[in-house]
Amino acid sequence: MSSRFFGNSCLIENVYIDSFGISAGVLEGEGPLKQYFDKIYEDHYCGEDSYEKGERKMMEDALEICLHKANKRDTDIDLYIGSDLLNQNVTFHYLTRNIPRPSFAVYGACSGFALSLALSSLLIDAQYQNNIMSLVSSHNATAERQYRFPVEYGIQKKDTTTFTATGAVATLLTNQKRDVRIESITLGRVIDYKQNDPNDMGRAMAPAAYDTIMTHFKDLNRGFDDYDLVVTGDLSDYGHNLLLKMFEEKRIYPKNYDDCGRILYDINNQEVFQGGSGCACSAMVTMGYLYNQLINRKMKRILVVSTGALLSPMMTFQKDTIPCIAHAISLEVDK
Amino acid sequence: MNKNEYDKMAEELKPQGHTMKNCFNAFLYGGIIGAIAQGVLELFMNIYHCSEKEATPMMIITLVFVACLLTGLGIYDNIAKNAGAGTFIPITGFANSMSSSALDSKSEGLIFGIGSNMFKLGGTVITYGIVSSSLLGVIRYVITLFW
Repeated sequence: MSSRFFGNSCLIENVYIDSFGISAGVLEGEGPLKQYFDKIYEDHYCGEDSYEKGERKMMEDALEICLHKANKRDTDIDLYIGSDLLNQNVTFHYLTRNIPRPSFAVYGACSGFALSLALSSLLIDAQYQNNIMSLVSSHNATAERQYRFPVEYGIQKKDTTTFTATGAVATLLTNQKRDVRIESITLGRVIDYKQNDPNDMGRAMAPAAYDTIMTHFKDLNRGFDDYDLVVTGDLSDYGHNLLLKMFEEKRIYPKNYDDCGRILYDINNQEVFQGGSGCACSAMVTMGYLYNQLINRKMKRILVVSTGALLSPMMTFQKDTIPCIAHAISLEVDK
Repeated sequence: MNKNEYDKMAEELKPQGHTMKNCFNAFLYGGIIGAIAQGVLELFMNIYHCSEKEATPMMIITLVFVACLLTGLGIYDNIAKNAGAGTFIPITGFANSMSSSALDSKSEGLIFGIGSNMFKLGGTVITYGIVSSSLLGVIRYVITLFW
């Protein structure tokens, strides 16, 4: 075991959030967090001729906004790490083919946001790189198409369904001092509680979130009291309730726990079933709303646990279960 | 916590379904589609002065056309999310499964997109429709040999 890791967690000393760009889809732009987004699209195609190209356009715009805010060119970035939900990570790879800098994509389903930031933090903190751009995106129509049914297919969805968020977030991490920093990371383990319903991700992912949160607390000797807010990525309302119940079994009653899928939308008035999901869900809530809370000193330290259901339609048709994973990063603002 | 305990806990917290409401909606919307279909049938019989047997295919084609059109306009799935089985079971559901698959695959072109994906969902109905009707045909044939 490395000397810098405590169990599965690592304290990060010198990694800061330089800038970020957020592009949001139609429904997200009508939600409660709309004022935190840099760009909101008026249609699901984002002006392109296919949904996949639309998703790429969102990621491209997020990157452009992020670079513009940081006053940098794309060639100034040491490394690009990206994550999206599509096969072969096409959104990220097709975007970075125009950028003459090293890049690689990581796949952790909807945990991609925390995963790419965690990896970037390790590389910067070990002084291998000075600045790394993390890009994540998800699109409701492309995800529905790949993982479930055609977009216009008339089917009554289950009450446990989550709604893949449409949006893209670019986050630039640097070793130069800024207000908000990545304070620690916890890498998740793949957890499988033998759930097999692709329309009930919250139930499948809650145990993975539980495992990562408890591991994080144990590794770093912390608890809910050490954070102003602990958020999970996209457990949805149902998964959120399940996780609370799991804590309750251990006699833990957190008051400062919420789920990004519940924050991103007005789940009672917007048609999103149990709440939002997708890579962009935790990314948009964290870099939009929560970053704003940190920078205004309304919160000091938060823990973001992005959850991912490593679902493959092929495997579920073969009657196999859905393994899940959750990665955590904590963000802290300067005092 | 093991899997069984987790499943038990998850079942208890599961969001309450709307089974009664869904059943009622399916009955209502299915009935409305049936009534419309009957109206169209009568209309064709009156306009063209033809028998019910001749007018039925025209009525079915009309319903399929309307379902495809509504799918293309993005209206069908909005009706279906309330109607459930009411729009899924009639022939309109089959038309929607084909047209939505075709629409989705439009971006991959005529051959590898629309052509090969159109039956992605509806193909099952056709395959097992043919298989089961063939089987029933054989059974019927065997029975008539002895009766």
